[in-house]
Amino acid sequence: MLGVTVSSGVLVLVGAVFLASAVEMIEALTIVFAVGHTRGWRSAFEGTIVALLALGALVAAFGPALVHVPLDLLRLIVGGVLLIFGLQWLRKAVLRSSGLKAKHDEDEIYREKVAQLSAQPTNAGRDRVSFVMAFKGVFLEGLEVVITVLTLGTSAHRLGLAVIVAAVAVVLVGVVGVVVAKQLSSVPENAMKMAVGVLLVSYGTFWTGEGLKVRWPGGDTMLVALVALYLAITWLYVAWLRSTTPKQQSEVSV
Amino acid sequence: MKKQPPLLVRVVKGFGMFWWDFLVGDTPEIFVAVVVIIGVVALLSESGHDNAAAAILLPVLGVGTLGASLWRAKRAARK
Repeated sequence: MLGVTVSSGVLVLVGAVFLASAVEMIEALTIVFAVGHTRGWRSAFEGTIVALLALGALVAAFGPALVHVPLDLLRLIVGGVLLIFGLQWLRKAVLRSSGLKAKHDEDEIYREKVAQLSAQPTNAGRDRVSFVMAFKGVFLEGLEVVITVLTLGTSAHRLGLAVIVAAVAVVLVGVVGVVVAKQLSSVPENAMKMAVGVLLVSYGTFWTGEGLKVRWPGGDTMLVALVALYLAITWLYVAWLRSTTPKQQSEVSV
Repeated sequence: MKKQPPLLVRVVKGFGMFWWDFLVGDTPEIFVAVVVIIGVVALLSESGHDNAAAAILLPVLGVGTLGASLWRAKRAARK
């Protein structure tokens, strides 16, 4: 029983952290590629490295500190944040799946960034625009990964595992991204976002309950039931929106 | 030229803006709903004998929040 409950919780944790990190890394990589191809790789690379170091420092600073927060309070806060964050992700993914919102198009974002960067004058030596653009892209996308890693990792007492999984996802997407270069748009990003949303909402519901001293039937295995529930509901919501949305309907600005 | 506020003010403001965008952003209904969910479930679980109700209501309210937010987005798209 214990083996089953531990592995189901770990499985959800690994899945959520891996997918969230991979999705954010794809978005960051698109910006870094646009900067590197347009204005040179040196400053883009430096901006990326500095952003990754800053994100690592955030995890190192806040991770150990969060461990000292009382567990029930930590789980309540983490649960609430994950519920909000997960519901936002899930909402966007459902709207994109049903056609109410345009899908995230990495090719389009790449073209926009290239046009924006080409319009800026270039300097000799270190390029400040490239550095700032790459830094901001990686740091802002990475902050969401940091929050996911810290919240899921600390509340499950598996911060080390969460950091390793996130690092593996970042390196893997980085390597694959470099190899396939411009084919990031072919990654099923919305399906990945939907999966992350389901996992975050499930974890958020579970931890909120734990933080409020709700005794879940079946203990930790309830997490798997919550994942199944939210998956089914997501599928139903997509079907409902698809069936009630005319094809020419305008997209939502979200 | 307009004088910039001190670094500390800018950092605090940036930090606040990040969390506002992160938690509220363009879906304030989700933020409000989650605060209400926590309040309701806390009341039920505090009363001790309503654990089953709390365990059922928590995911049901989560599902309902998602539905309400999608319905709001659908209505916004129709306008």
